[in-house]
Amino acid sequence: MILNEQSIAEIREKMVKYPRRKSAILPALTVAYRQIGHLNEDLYGEISKIIEIPVVEIAEAASFYTMFPKHPVGKYLIQVCHNISCALLGADGLVRYLEKKLEIRKGETTPDNLFTLITVECLGSCSTAPMMQINDRYYENLTREKVDTILDELRKQA
Amino acid sequence: MEKRVLFKHIDDPEQVTVKGYVSNGGYRAWEKALKSMKPADVIDEVKRSGLRGRGGAGFPAGLKWSFVPKGSPRPSYLICNADESEPGTCKDRELMECDPHGVIEGIAIAAYAIGSHISFIYIRGEFGGPIRAMERAIEEAYAKGYLGRNIFGSGYDLELIAHTGGGAYICGEETALLNSLEGERGMSRIRPPFPAVEGLYACPTVVNNVETLSTVPHIINNGAAWYTSMGTEKSPGTKIFSLSGHVNKPANYELELGTPLSYLINDLGGGISGGHRLKAIIPGGSSTPFLLPGQIETPLDYESLTEAGSMLGSGGVIVVHDKTCIVWVIERLIHFYRHESCGKCTPCREGTGWLEQLISRIERGEGTPGDLEKIDSICDNIMGRTICPLGDAAVMPIQSTLRLFRDEWQYHIDHKSCLVKSEFEFA
Repeated sequence: MILNEQSIAEIREKMVKYPRRKSAILPALTVAYRQIGHLNEDLYGEISKIIEIPVVEIAEAASFYTMFPKHPVGKYLIQVCHNISCALLGADGLVRYLEKKLEIRKGETTPDNLFTLITVECLGSCSTAPMMQINDRYYENLTREKVDTILDELRKQA
Repeated sequence: MEKRVLFKHIDDPEQVTVKGYVSNGGYRAWEKALKSMKPADVIDEVKRSGLRGRGGAGFPAGLKWSFVPKGSPRPSYLICNADESEPGTCKDRELMECDPHGVIEGIAIAAYAIGSHISFIYIRGEFGGPIRAMERAIEEAYAKGYLGRNIFGSGYDLELIAHTGGGAYICGEETALLNSLEGERGMSRIRPPFPAVEGLYACPTVVNNVETLSTVPHIINNGAAWYTSMGTEKSPGTKIFSLSGHVNKPANYELELGTPLSYLINDLGGGISGGHRLKAIIPGGSSTPFLLPGQIETPLDYESLTEAGSMLGSGGVIVVHDKTCIVWVIERLIHFYRHESCGKCTPCREGTGWLEQLISRIERGEGTPGDLEKIDSICDNIMGRTICPLGDAAVMPIQSTLRLFRDEWQYHIDHKSCLVKSEFEFA
């Protein structure tokens, strides 16, 4: 099993709350994603066994939702919003700055597997633009100085 | 002036806790509804308040509730739509993060009104902060007996399940949300049947936006007459506007409906940033048609914005200054709609792809004569020809700029470059 005991328990706990078991697919995918950092077919198989829904239905749902990466990403997944409100306040410049700092291009992962950089659509942080999400945390009103501090802190934590 | 009803205690850090919420007068409306009102009374009060859906469509909330069949043998469900993802909109996130019990109280009262004993809040998956705030608040509400069995000794039971999404804009559309909640791909459904008759698990279902539901406790506490004393005759009450883009003080501001746009942008928002001049305003989230600087005195209410050629939408006001290329703005938007089209309806699935290709080509300086007419034609063939409004949403901003800024589009094709070079630095 790839899923650890805690994740399995969490999926079971969520599953029983719903009037119909199939509703637990998205919550189960979320639990798996939070543990592993991405989704793959082995995980669909494990989830299928836990919630007793055919694996094809798990895969069918998973492939629709772009929030879950379908291949391994770095420890820190940096998602820069490039939609209109952020773009008006320099989101493209933010991406270029991150590319320079991390020495990778958009879509790539640093050789030490620490950072993956991607752009995403509106994250609902429009009045605090430009912004980025790293794993499940938002970083808002970004400046070059703030980005430097954030990256330094994450490197220290790693 | 700001008119803070939903935002009255938004700056109070204690408001997120059940203790703080109750000491600020919270859960009194829930108690009042359960102890002294019949479900029909609640519906009636909300109907008389004139409260309209704050998610974008603006449908009267009380009327929506009244469509749920009475005495149905099937259970009914109340769903709070917290899948906020209309570009330019960030109000529900603040409500959930700073006033989660206000959302719960609204859900509870609405659930009671439609006779639902199981309710859901569908929160967009990226919203780590709001998810944590809502989950914590739901736990507290159960512990204090505001949710669960025999609430306030009334014999009424209510469960509330927090469900998180997977990053799909389309799931903010209510029928796609229902499919997503059932564990399916988030694709929209043909109506009729409407959700009030056949929604979640083919049972009667009401889906309301976070802001709509957060308003309900205030109406129950203070009465419909109090609510209609604010705003305009046809658009009563207050609305939260998310101000973003090229303004000095972007933020969420709660205003009485009918307040002029200029007050939001200039008085509260501190005017256009960088000493530039106003070029355009997108008043109701990225799906709504653009307004010109000459329309800045338009009152922010449903009717006035429709009359001005746009929509109130979700209240996401995006401000664009004059050092911005309009083709660039539209390229950014069509990329989004192409990415978020669920693929069910051919006009939207194929059309948004063709539009993105054409518009990107023009933006790159490779436009050819006849491109604008092609865009016009594709837009016409998407508009009104899809199951859900995503197709219309993709088209409306494009059509409006082709009308308002056609010279700029034409210049881009003729000169292979921008009439106005976009200037915004990341500092």
